[in-house]
Order: sequence, then structure tokens, then C-alpha cells
Amino acid sequence: MNTELLSLLEKDARLTPAQLATMLGREEADVAAEIAEYEKNHIILGYPALVDWTKTDDELVTALIEVRIAPQRGDGFDRIAERIYQYEEVESLYLMSGAYDLAVTITGRSLRAVAEFVHARLAVIDGVTGTATHFILKKYKEKNHLFAKLPEQEERVLFV
Amino acid sequence: MIDYDSALSSRVKGIAPSGIRKFFDLLENMDSNDAISLGVGEPDFVTPWHIRDAGVYALEKGFTKYTSNAGLAELRRQIAAYMRRRFALDYDPMKQMVVTVGGSEGIDIAVRAIVNQGDEVIVPVPSFVCYGPIVELVGGVPVYVQTRAENEFRLTAEELKAAITPRTKMVILPFPNNPTGAILERSDLEALAAVLRGTNIIVLSDEIYAELTYGVHHVSIANIEGMKERTLLVNGFSKAYAMTGWRLGYVCGPQELIRQMLKIHQYAIMCAPTTSQYAAVEAMKDGDGDIEMMRKDYDYRRRFLLDKLRGAGLECFEPRGAFYMFPSIQSTGMTSAEFCEQFLLKEHVAAIPGTAFGAGGEGFVRMCYASSLANLSEAMDRLERFLKGIQGAGSRE
Repeated sequence: MNTELLSLLEKDARLTPAQLATMLGREEADVAAEIAEYEKNHIILGYPALVDWTKTDDELVTALIEVRIAPQRGDGFDRIAERIYQYEEVESLYLMSGAYDLAVTITGRSLRAVAEFVHARLAVIDGVTGTATHFILKKYKEKNHLFAKLPEQEERVLFV
Repeated sequence: MIDYDSALSSRVKGIAPSGIRKFFDLLENMDSNDAISLGVGEPDFVTPWHIRDAGVYALEKGFTKYTSNAGLAELRRQIAAYMRRRFALDYDPMKQMVVTVGGSEGIDIAVRAIVNQGDEVIVPVPSFVCYGPIVELVGGVPVYVQTRAENEFRLTAEELKAAITPRTKMVILPFPNNPTGAILERSDLEALAAVLRGTNIIVLSDEIYAELTYGVHHVSIANIEGMKERTLLVNGFSKAYAMTGWRLGYVCGPQELIRQMLKIHQYAIMCAPTTSQYAAVEAMKDGDGDIEMMRKDYDYRRRFLLDKLRGAGLECFEPRGAFYMFPSIQSTGMTSAEFCEQFLLKEHVAAIPGTAFGAGGEGFVRMCYASSLANLSEAMDRLERFLKGIQGAGSRE
């Protein structure tokens, strides 16, 4: 599979099929069809914007929670993962190798809301044997994008 | 009172000031925060972090002294390996190369080592602005050969042949070309080589854009039979690795010539910046992927801009190298300078008049596409509006 189109969209989802077609030297209809196919096959999952919420009035709290679980016969980790990711609050969920099993990120309105979620919902799921909650203090980079704006070099007048 | 005019060297005074000075004054005084510059010819990427980090590390370790005059031995070995890997050229790192302060210094010391008072140097134009003045500074005579749009701005064997006289000492080959984006392919080079092989003319091949070709791999004139022995090949890190501010380039060529150039370099420069040289070692060791990533990105924008320019009704040949478009603006009835000035004043987009790059540039403007797609897109919307405005004004008259 030629993934060039996907790489371009992953960098900038707002590129139109017409723009993409020009950049890749292809036909617009062709590109549009390929994108539709990706969407249909769930290869492209969505087109969200990356937001720096700290610059808004919403004081959101994000936590990374390590979850240890006892795998279940037949279903492995999937059954428990499913019970976790169905919660709206869960932003991402990964199965990990190493010291713990699942990495959950959740975003809540307050520390208390996050803590509440962990002990009232997550920790009590059958098969969850332990959790460790790490609050994210500052985000530097996400999906290749920096949260801080880098300083620009002094304006120059030169001829090259 | 001192008479500065007679204090100054007449050769320096004789050099024409850059034709676009006025244009830059306009740009400088423009009080606008929506200006888009397609003017400056340099990568918009920041140098990849692993390369910057190698520079930082060299500073931390205290590598702050001069290097050998010709450059760090490790860097020269890496350059030799790179030339072999990317362009199938073999150069002895200890005898056939010198690391310079950008490709610019390489051009300077090559011209100074070869050209005597009154010698002629063939310079294809439109091209980068430095060749003529450097030749004039040593008392040489630049002989400008105009490449033509109908030949996609390639230098042809006939044009070269017609320019050669008994006084011709050197030919400059600035390909891939700034500002036209023209390239020379093997067949073009074979034809030029056939003209030069029997002569004593040295070729100064400025291949700073060698890594930026699209759909075709760069071939050096040094790859052509019988040409390596008469070619000084200038290259550098600025364009390929987005390292313009590090000021680092190199020249490869016959030992007999390099040895003499090294004398000028050692007296005038001593050595290229040490920090930059350490960073460059890292670039050559592990930077092939960066080049490919950037080249791909320029290619997207190249296609995008070409499509937009043609869509807006400007004639433009498809450039296959560097990162410039060189559209014709003759259909507007304006001169290059008028066009650029009006475009800047009305739409706040800076492009460079083709005339800045020598004869044959009239009727063309240079636009650098090493700029974000968002910038290019906005600039092209403004171009379309600008061109419509001109047509509107024309029909009222």
C-alpha cells in the first residue's frame, strides 16, 4: 500500500482532495475515492484538531493511569479493555508491554473528577488488580506539534 | 578631509550594486503583518535536531579551536563517502577537497585560483548573483551567456561553443539553477563535455542544489568521461540539510588545483567554523533520511505552486531542480521590476524580479517555494486577485 496520501493527511487533515491531487501529481477524483475508501475501512479514524486547552478558560486535568489486570480466559485483555474504553472520559487506551498492562489517559474538569473516575469506575472493574494515577503537569508536544511557539529568528534583508 | 572615493579600490567601486536594492528598501519599510515573502532562497526547515545536537555537543566538549585548514579529517572522509554514495564520484579526502565557509567561499577561492587579469569566465544567466562580481574582483571578465526559456533554461553546447574565445579560462555551471529551477541531464552534460574536453578550460560546477531534483537523479559534469580532471565541484550543507546559517560548504577537484585554492583559504579564512564542521559530520553520517523528507516536501509544494501559477494564467516551465519557480509575467505587459513592486505594494507578497539574476531575466519573476503550503496557497490567492486587477485596469483603458 502506498501510504503517501495518509502521511500527508496525518500532517494536515484540512488539505482538500484537489490540493492533495496537485501535490501528488494525481487526479482529484482518484484521491477523493482513495480517501473515501480509507474512511470506509476505518483506516482514517477521524480528523480532530489539536487544541491547547491551557490557553482557554477551561481548566482541564489530564491523567495517565497505569492499570494492572488479570487477563481472562478466552478474551485475554480485550474484554476488560472494552469495559474501560467505553467511558466517554477515556481519551486513549493502550495495551502495554512491561510493568503494567493498560495505559489509560483521561481528561476531567478537576483533580477530584479524575480521582472519582479512578476509584469509583476504573479500580472496581472485575479483573483490575491495581492502578497508579499520574497527573500530567505540562504538555510539550503531541502528534508532532509543539505546544510552545518557538522564537523566530531576527528578520533579515538578504539576497540569495 | 579624507577622499573616500579615491581611497577605495576601483575594482570594488566598479562592481554594480545589486539591482534589487530599491526593492528591498520597499520591503523593509512596509508596515504590514500580513506580508508573505517568497523572496529569500533558503529552506524553511530548521536544521534537523540530531545535527543541531551534534553542534551543541561539540561546544559542550569544548571543541572550540581551529580545525586543519582543509577541514576536519573525519568530515572530509564523510564527504568522500557521501560523494561516492550519492553521486558515484571518488575524491581523495586528504588531497582533493577543501571545506569552505559555505559554497560561496568555494566559488570565490576557485575563481581566485584560476582567473588572471583579463581572463574570460563564461557565466550562464539567469543565475545566482555572485559569479560575475567575484570574477570582476580578480580582474577577470565575465562573459554572460543567456539561457532561454524555450530550452528550459538549460545551457546548450552551441551556446557554450559560441561564447568560448582564446581568453576563456573557466566555465561556471550553476545547475540545478537558482533562479530558474533548470537542471542539466546526462545528455546535456555529454554535449557540453564534447565542447570542453579538448580545451584547457576549467569547469566550476556549482552543485549546491544537487540533492533537490525532482523525478530525476542529479548527474555531475564530473561524472562525464574526461571531465573530472577539469572540474571543480562546489557543494555544501545549506540547501540539502537546511543549514544555511552554519555557513559550510566544500570543493572537490584535482589535487593540483585544490592545493592552490587551499593557500587562499588558509590565508583569508584559516578554516571553516569548527562547530559547524562537527554538526556536518553528523549530517553526512545520518542525514540521508532528512534530505529525502525535505525533498519530498518541496516536491509537493513545487507541484502545488506550478499548478496555481498556470491556473492563474502565467506561463511557467516545470522546474526540475532547486526550490524556485520562474514564471513569465510577459502577459501582464509589465516589466519584472514593475510587477514585483506592484505585487508587493498591492498584495504584500514579495517575489524577486528576474532581472536581478542577469540578462534574460526580464519578463520573469522568481518565487521560492520553500515556504509553508498555507503561505503558498494564500500567496497564490493574492496573485490571482492581483492579475485580475491588472486585466480590469487594462480593459478600462
